[in-house]
Amino acid sequence: MTKKITLPLTDETIRDLHAGDSVLLTGTVITGRDAAHKRLYELIEKGEPLPVDINGEVIYYVGPAPAKPGHAVGPAGPTSSYRMDKYTPALLDRGLKGMIGKGARNQEVIDSMVKNGVVYFAAIGGAAALISRSIKKAETLAYEDLGTEAIYRFTVEDFPAIVVIDSYGESVLVK
Amino acid sequence: MEIRTINAADITEAVKKLFMDMNYHIGKDILSALQKAQQEETSPIGKNVLGQLIENHAIASSEEVPICQDTGMAVLFVEYGDHVVIENGSFEEAVQEGVRRAYIDGYLRKSVVSDPVFDRINTRDNTPAIIYTQIVSGQEIRILGGCKGFGSENMSSVKMLTPSAGLEGVRQFVLDVVRYAGPNPCPPIVVGIGIGGTFEKAAMLAKKATLRPIDTGHPDERYARLEKELLEEINGMGFGPAGLGGITTALGVNIETFPTHIAGMPVAVNICCHAARHQETVI
Repeated sequence: MTKKITLPLTDETIRDLHAGDSVLLTGTVITGRDAAHKRLYELIEKGEPLPVDINGEVIYYVGPAPAKPGHAVGPAGPTSSYRMDKYTPALLDRGLKGMIGKGARNQEVIDSMVKNGVVYFAAIGGAAALISRSIKKAETLAYEDLGTEAIYRFTVEDFPAIVVIDSYGESVLVK
Repeated sequence: MEIRTINAADITEAVKKLFMDMNYHIGKDILSALQKAQQEETSPIGKNVLGQLIENHAIASSEEVPICQDTGMAVLFVEYGDHVVIENGSFEEAVQEGVRRAYIDGYLRKSVVSDPVFDRINTRDNTPAIIYTQIVSGQEIRILGGCKGFGSENMSSVKMLTPSAGLEGVRQFVLDVVRYAGPNPCPPIVVGIGIGGTFEKAAMLAKKATLRPIDTGHPDERYARLEKELLEEINGMGFGPAGLGGITTALGVNIETFPTHIAGMPVAVNICCHAARHQETVI
């Protein structure tokens, strides 16, 4: 059974999500990958304000391909999440509530997810053209100089994902 | 043999078309392997993921958009005929311009940064491409191109095994690399293995192995058998499509070999995601 989820996530919704659940996400997410994470992390380390309020947000690890004329966004599948692991607990402590990526996370991330009540979704890696159909709008929020690695806000409708690690630390990834 | 003159602009055009086509249209070898895997996959979630990948290929091909947002770093293996002369430009610049045009005009992602450690500034046109050129006899230029993404590239590895490690050592190393990669490189993967040569030759063979259609086998039947056995063992690991469980962890295992030194047995494993994009063109 597929659960339809409206964003932003509430704590109650997060508690109801369990590893293995298929979901369709509707609402908005922010994006960010390696370079944006490094910058956000460095600002947190220095105690400086972030260019984007991440409190209550879901972040999608993606660097989209350019949009063809008439398309809201180019193909935009998930990138490997583990590269964000180093920076993730600091972002979760700042109120980030969900992550969408692909592949495994380290134990520090899972512990921080349990502590902060956070859910980790996987989108299907490599299904980028298919996934982009559920992204209706893309606008740049910060770090435009990073090109594809900038932070965007995506408006999504029935974005397909799977809960791979839930807020209880349970995982469906094969080890 | 007569000298043949090729215009640099024709090389640029051929390279541009090569990289645009391979990014939109997956090869028949991969598509039929996905379809077969979808029939045979026992995990419902795995079957579902494979169905989405097949649908994704149909969308990418009909809309002419990239299959995956990671359109890779361009790699070209070139066989350059020794009776070819380029006019109105140089071969190197003509190829780089072809890659540049493909990534800009073809709406492909620009993923190359200028300096690996310090600057990491995007070059904004996906150049430089990596070009390996071999001079052969003839009047043609044959180009085999690939554009694999880095999710799987990061999961690749080289090991300098020594002769006493034998077949078992090779097998163990390959399986260790694949097991360590687990769900990260977008399974079902294609495993390219290079055995022999020197440190860098093994890695290049492994890359070339990822660019060989998966419905072909190594010409030496002993290696062809090893390809089949490794594929079976990898699919027994259970990672499955997207790492969510199942019997389809790899679509193919390709081995390329080369003579080596009396003291060595280098082995390289280049892992490629299910969107194994490669194409050849002859000018």
